Amino acid sequence: MAILVDEKTSVIVLGITGREGSLRAAYMKEYGTNVVAGSTPGRGGMEVAGIPVYDSVEEAVEKHGPIDAAVTFVPGPALRDAVIGAIEAGVKFIVSPVERVPLHDILEMMYVAKNAGAKILGPGSIGILTPEKAVLGWLGGNARWAREVYRPGPVGVISRSGGQSGTIPWVLREAELGMSTVVHVGTEPVTGISMGELLELFEADDQTKAVAVFGEIGGSHEEEAAQAIAEGRFTKPFVIFVAGAWAPPGMRFSHASSIIERGKGSAKDKIQMLKEAGAHVVDQPDDIAPTVKRLLGL
Amino acid sequence: MARLYEYQGKKLLKEAGIPVPKGDVASTKEEAREIAAGIGKPVAIKVQIWAGRRGKAGAIRFAETPEEAEKAAGELLGSQVHGFEVKRVLVEEKLDIDREFYVGVIVDPSKEVRAPVMIFSSEGGMEIEEVPEEKIAKVVVDIFLGLRSFHAVDLARRAGVPRELLTKVAAVNTALYQVFRKYDCRTIEINPLVVTKQGEVVAADCRAAIDDSSVYRHPELGITVARESNQEPTDFDEIAWSIEEGDLRGTGYVAQMNQEIDAIATVGYHGIGGGGAILGVDALNKAGLRVANYADTSGNPTAAKVYRVAKLILSQPGIEGYCLGGFIMANQEQWHHAHGIVKALREELPKRPGFPVVLLLCGNREKESLEILRQGLADLPARIEIYGREHVYDSGFIAQRMRALVEEYQKERDA
Repeated sequence: MAILVDEKTSVIVLGITGREGSLRAAYMKEYGTNVVAGSTPGRGGMEVAGIPVYDSVEEAVEKHGPIDAAVTFVPGPALRDAVIGAIEAGVKFIVSPVERVPLHDILEMMYVAKNAGAKILGPGSIGILTPEKAVLGWLGGNARWAREVYRPGPVGVISRSGGQSGTIPWVLREAELGMSTVVHVGTEPVTGISMGELLELFEADDQTKAVAVFGEIGGSHEEEAAQAIAEGRFTKPFVIFVAGAWAPPGMRFSHASSIIERGKGSAKDKIQMLKEAGAHVVDQPDDIAPTVKRLLGL
Repeated sequence: MARLYEYQGKKLLKEAGIPVPKGDVASTKEEAREIAAGIGKPVAIKVQIWAGRRGKAGAIRFAETPEEAEKAAGELLGSQVHGFEVKRVLVEEKLDIDREFYVGVIVDPSKEVRAPVMIFSSEGGMEIEEVPEEKIAKVVVDIFLGLRSFHAVDLARRAGVPRELLTKVAAVNTALYQVFRKYDCRTIEINPLVVTKQGEVVAADCRAAIDDSSVYRHPELGITVARESNQEPTDFDEIAWSIEEGDLRGTGYVAQMNQEIDAIATVGYHGIGGGGAILGVDALNKAGLRVANYADTSGNPTAAKVYRVAKLILSQPGIEGYCLGGFIMANQEQWHHAHGIVKALREELPKRPGFPVVLLLCGNREKESLEILRQGLADLPARIEIYGREHVYDSGFIAQRMRALVEEYQKERDA
C-alpha cells in the first residue's frame, strides 16, 4: 500500500518531447512507473524513451483506454489549458512541476478540477514517489539516486520544499527508516492537494505508521494539517519542522508560496496551532528522524 | 516589482470608471506646486511608498495654496518614511470626508476556497486586519462567472452601506473586480473608499500587487523586477534580477533583508534550495548574526550562475562573513556549486585577510565537490571551514561555527 500512486498507476507525460519532459519521462520509466503515453501537439507518432507520443490526451485515451494520471512538463503560461485538457479527457490525478504559472490561470484550473472530481498536485510540485513502485515528476532526480535514498517503510513524508522532499527521506534512511509515499505539495501561491488532504490519505493507508513534514511560512497547509489532527481525521504520530521563524512579513523566500501575507502564515502562528492540535513540532530539522523513531517505538 | 504605487493603482481604477481625486504625481517640489495650482483647491500631498500607516508617520500633508503644497512636498521628498526614501509624492484634491469604507479583493488559497474573495467593510481607513470580523462582509467569486451586479449590491448591503449609496458603491465593487481580473492582481484594495459630504463615492487610496508570474502579460505597467518584496527594488535587486532573468537554468534568487535585529555582526548568506535556505537564515539570526541577504541557488544552476550570486553576496558593504547554507541533499551533482563558489572566493578573499567562511555542501557527488572546495581554497589567507552531509540538518552547528569564526576575526582586527 501507499497513497495516490503505485506501480499500476497509468501515466501520461504532457510535453514529453521537450528537453525537461523527455528527460523526466525516461527517468520515471526507468524507475518503474507505468508510463503509457506522452503528448505534444503536432508531435504525434514519435516515440520518446520507447513511450508513444500523441497529439493530445484525448487521442492517447482513444488508443490506450482511460489513463489514471498526467504529469505536466509545459511552460507556465501553457499550463492551464494542458491541465484542463487532461481533465476533460478523463484524467483524475495531475502532477504539475511547473513554476511561474499565472495566478488566475491556477484558479481556473482548480475550479475545473473541483467540478470534475480531479486532484492536482502543485503547481510547482517536483512530484510524488512511492519507493520501489513509481515516481511522477522529478522527485529523486535519477533512478540510481532515487533507489539509494528512498526505501520502502512506514513513514509518510510531506514537504513544502522540493529540495527538502529529498532531504527528509535521506535523514530517515540514515536513521534506518523507510517511507510509504513522499509528496511535495508545490510552491505556487495556490496549490491543489493540501497537507490536510494528504493526512486523510495517510490515515487510511495501512503501511503508513507516522508522517514527517517539512513545513514553511506562508499559505495554509500547516493550519489545515493542524485542523485535520484536532478534528481526529488524522490520528497517527505527526512530526513537523516549520522553517522561517525569522522571516520578515511581506518578503518572499524563493517559493511564491512562502510569504507572510496580511499578517497570516507566520511560523509562530503555525507552530502554536500545530502544538495545540497535538502535533510533535521539532525546533531543529535534525530532530525529525529521532522523533519519528521514538514515536514508532524503534 | 509587482507592487504598484498608489498613483499607479489609481490610474487603473480611473480607467475602469472608479472616481478618484483629481491630481498627479510629482518628483520635485516645483512640480507639486504646478499640480496644486492646476487643481485650484486645497490639496493633500501623499508620499508614494510601499507602506501603510502613512498618516501617523506624517507622510500625508495638507495645503491650502500651491505655495504651501510646494513647501510640504519639499519637506517630504528625500525624507525617510518607515525606512523608505521618498522619491515621489501624489498631489491631489483634498476630500471633504463624511465616512470611510474598505473594499478589496484577495486570493484565498485555502482548500475550501481557492478563489478570489471580495471583502467589504463599512469601517474603512484602518488596516483591515484590525477591523472586527462582524463588521466585514465577504463574497467568494466564481472565477468563470465573475462578480455580478447582484453580488456587488448584496456585498455592500450586508456590510451595512445605506440604501442611498448602494448603487454607487456597487458600481465601484464591480469595476474593482474587473481591474483585479484584467491586470492579474494578487491583491487590490481601496482603503479608504470615501463618501464625501457631497455624497460622492471616491477611491482615496489604492494598494495593488500584480501576480509575479503574470507580469509578462502587462508590459504597459512597466514593472522591471517581477518579485514580491516589502521594498522598492534597489540597484542590488536590479542586478539580482538580471542574474535570474538572463539565465533560466536553475534558480538564482537574491534579495536583501534589511532587518533590524541585535547582532554581533552582519554576514552574507548563500542558501541552496528554497526550504533549506530559510533554515540557515533562522539559525544564523538565532546565533546572533544578522543576515544581510537571502539567497537561493538550486534546481541545477550552472557554475556561472552560482558564481554571479556569490559575487553579488560578497559585494555587500559591511559583511564580516560568508556562509554557504547547503541544508539539502541535492540529487543534482554539486560540483557546479563547488566550481562557482571557488571562483568567486578566489577573486574576493585575497582582498580580505582572515575573512570568515563556512561552507556546507551535501548531496550527489558530494565527495568530489568537497574536494574541489578544499583544493581550490587551500592557499587562501582566510578562515574557511568546509562541511558535508553529516551536518545537513545541523543548522545550529553551522551557525555556531560561523559565529565562532566571526568572533575570532573581530578580535584579530581589533587587536
